[in-house]
Amino acid sequence: MNITWYIVLSSLLFATGAVGILLRRSPMVILLCLELMLNAGNLALVAFSRMVGNEQGQVFAVIVMVIAACEVVVGLGLIVAIFRRRLPLNVDDLRELRG
Amino acid sequence: MTGTAWAWLVLLFPLLGSIVIALGYRALPQKAAGMIGTAAIGLSFACGIAALISLLGEDADARHHASSLWDYASVAGLDIKLGIYLDQLSIFMVLVVTGVSTLIHLYSYGYMQSDQGYHRFFSYLNFFVFSMLLLVLAGNFVLLIVGWAFVGFASYALISFWYRRETATRAGMKAFVINVVGDIGLVLAAFLIFRELGSFDYGTVFERAPEVFSVNEWSITAICLLLLVGAFAKSAQLPLHTWLPDAMEGPTPVSSLIHAATMVTAGVYLIARTHVLFALAPTAADISAFVGLATLLVAATIALVMTDLKRAIAYSTMSQIGYMVVGVSIGAYGAGMFHLMTHAFFKALLFMAAGSIIAAMANEQNIDRMGGFAKAMRFTSVTMLCGGLALAAFPLTSGFFSKDEILAYAGARGGMYLIFVVLGYFGAFLTAIYTFRLIFRVLQGEPCAEARELIETGHVAHEAPKNPATGEPEDTDVGFPGPEHHIAEQSAPMRVAMGVLAFLALVGGLVQVPGVDNVIANFLDPAFEGPVLSHVHPSIEWDWIGLAIGGVISLLGIWAAHWLYVANPERPRALEQRLQGLHDFLFHKWYFDEAIDLLVVRPALAIGRFANRTFERFVVDGMVTGTEETVRSAGGIVSRVQNGFVRSYALLLIAGFAGLALYFLLSSS
Repeated sequence: MNITWYIVLSSLLFATGAVGILLRRSPMVILLCLELMLNAGNLALVAFSRMVGNEQGQVFAVIVMVIAACEVVVGLGLIVAIFRRRLPLNVDDLRELRG
Repeated sequence: MTGTAWAWLVLLFPLLGSIVIALGYRALPQKAAGMIGTAAIGLSFACGIAALISLLGEDADARHHASSLWDYASVAGLDIKLGIYLDQLSIFMVLVVTGVSTLIHLYSYGYMQSDQGYHRFFSYLNFFVFSMLLLVLAGNFVLLIVGWAFVGFASYALISFWYRRETATRAGMKAFVINVVGDIGLVLAAFLIFRELGSFDYGTVFERAPEVFSVNEWSITAICLLLLVGAFAKSAQLPLHTWLPDAMEGPTPVSSLIHAATMVTAGVYLIARTHVLFALAPTAADISAFVGLATLLVAATIALVMTDLKRAIAYSTMSQIGYMVVGVSIGAYGAGMFHLMTHAFFKALLFMAAGSIIAAMANEQNIDRMGGFAKAMRFTSVTMLCGGLALAAFPLTSGFFSKDEILAYAGARGGMYLIFVVLGYFGAFLTAIYTFRLIFRVLQGEPCAEARELIETGHVAHEAPKNPATGEPEDTDVGFPGPEHHIAEQSAPMRVAMGVLAFLALVGGLVQVPGVDNVIANFLDPAFEGPVLSHVHPSIEWDWIGLAIGGVISLLGIWAAHWLYVANPERPRALEQRLQGLHDFLFHKWYFDEAIDLLVVRPALAIGRFANRTFERFVVDGMVTGTEETVRSAGGIVSRVQNGFVRSYALLLIAGFAGLALYFLLSSS
């Protein structure tokens, strides 16, 4: 089985996510881009798993999904908290922690 | 119980007393603190007697014991035990120290009563006695150094006891610094001893020394000279003596105990204790004897013109210690230790009497302002006279026998040592003059205002107390002189202490009368077995001839003092004017302070300033600020990355991982 196209697709998805994180300012979109990157990774894992012929890669993909779910819970929670405090929903304005 | 067990108890009581008083100063009433302090030393004295009895029960040659509680340090060939060495010499010193200390504690009980720092005073005083006992009982050089340093600290603490008095704190620092110079000498000597003999233990060192060293070899001479540096600093011998007169800033009982009777004789003890080494280095011993002689004369001449009562007595102490140093250096160990004992009696007594008078004068110490106390304070003046007679070696008093014994011994050695006889008698003449100068000026003559008040009303009312040195008002919160002064006439404990000492000063010499009895020398002699010198003995005829000369000289001196200061009160002033140059020279104490300032202090300061300007500024500061600058600028660069922009963090993260991935890809292919 040739996995080249799967990997190409996965890399494109990953690059899209990374560029999105770097360019967009809304935390909501950044969270979405993060999900995109995670799923690009999942795609690669599943593709490799099929190539090798065992299920370990798929198990990893399931675990990554769980972690992604957790991450979304925390991330969305943060966004709601930011919204409630009427802080700007813009990551460039939220830079209190600068060194 | 064995002798050494008693000796451990001797050490224990003062330490306990010091700790109990120090920790319980809130809970203990004032009187209790004084009683605990005095009782601790009294018990220590009793244990000392018990140890003596246990020693006397043994054969004269077997009267030395070492005992140790535990290992102090045991590493790399070094074996130091927390051990004591009990022999005739140490038990003799223990008895003198604890005996005189008990009386001085008793005196302080009355004298310091209105002082706010009463507890502190007794705690320090007990600590001092503990340190002094540790010094004399130590069984090796390490413990000796510990005791040596402890007494230095105790002396410092007690000189600066009235710590709001600037003169007192300065005097304390001076004493401490000069004593540290001596400590360095002692420590270096101990190092050398260890290098040459491989042990710090007295027994081993003294046993091995004659086998290892040949006479006058450079190493043993160096050891002895370094020991002498320590001894001279502690015993206020030239040129390390300038701290002692300044130490009179402390309370009078302190001057009496530490700076007259006990601590300053530690140097004499050290020379006597290491007599085995000095016998192998006759050159060092002779140097020591000549320094003692010089001190004896210099101090006696200064005492002739001092107008400060306590300082005059302090110079007299230096002079008398000069006699002891001469004694133990020329080999008259028994005589030297005998003079140490009698001197402890009469000098402690003289200081107590002086304290009583100074208290009556509201802290005034200038004898020009005193006079006529003979009628005002009978008890004080009688005891002062007893002390003065003993100091002036009046026939049949204690000083008469002890001082002449040293000189008779010097005469018996003959040759060069005849110088000591001649100049020693000259010193005795000066001693008689300055002693009776003090007595005549203070006790005789027109009563001063304070004395008249005492005669007429029976009490003394004091104006606001002033520091005698600077004239500024005293801070009575810290204590002295407190709202009320205590003089011997009105305080029973002070009278008891002075009475006992006066008795001892008068008859204490009778234990060792040539041809009659020889208690102390006979007891001590086995401890000094070995050196050839201990077999030189003046014949009894010469002893008595020496005593006769000494008696005549003493009487002559007293007569001269009478002629000068009583017969015609104008005469001293006329003499001062005629010998203006000499008087100035003596009054400035031979310019020793100035010389030390010029030769040591100023060069040291100059070197310090130079080092501060160059080394400190450029090298040390350069290193420190250089390090700091590097860290700060590196931090500045890195902290710029922490800009708070989440997206730039992400960029760094992604770029970093991409870089890493690239690296691994490229390196694996």
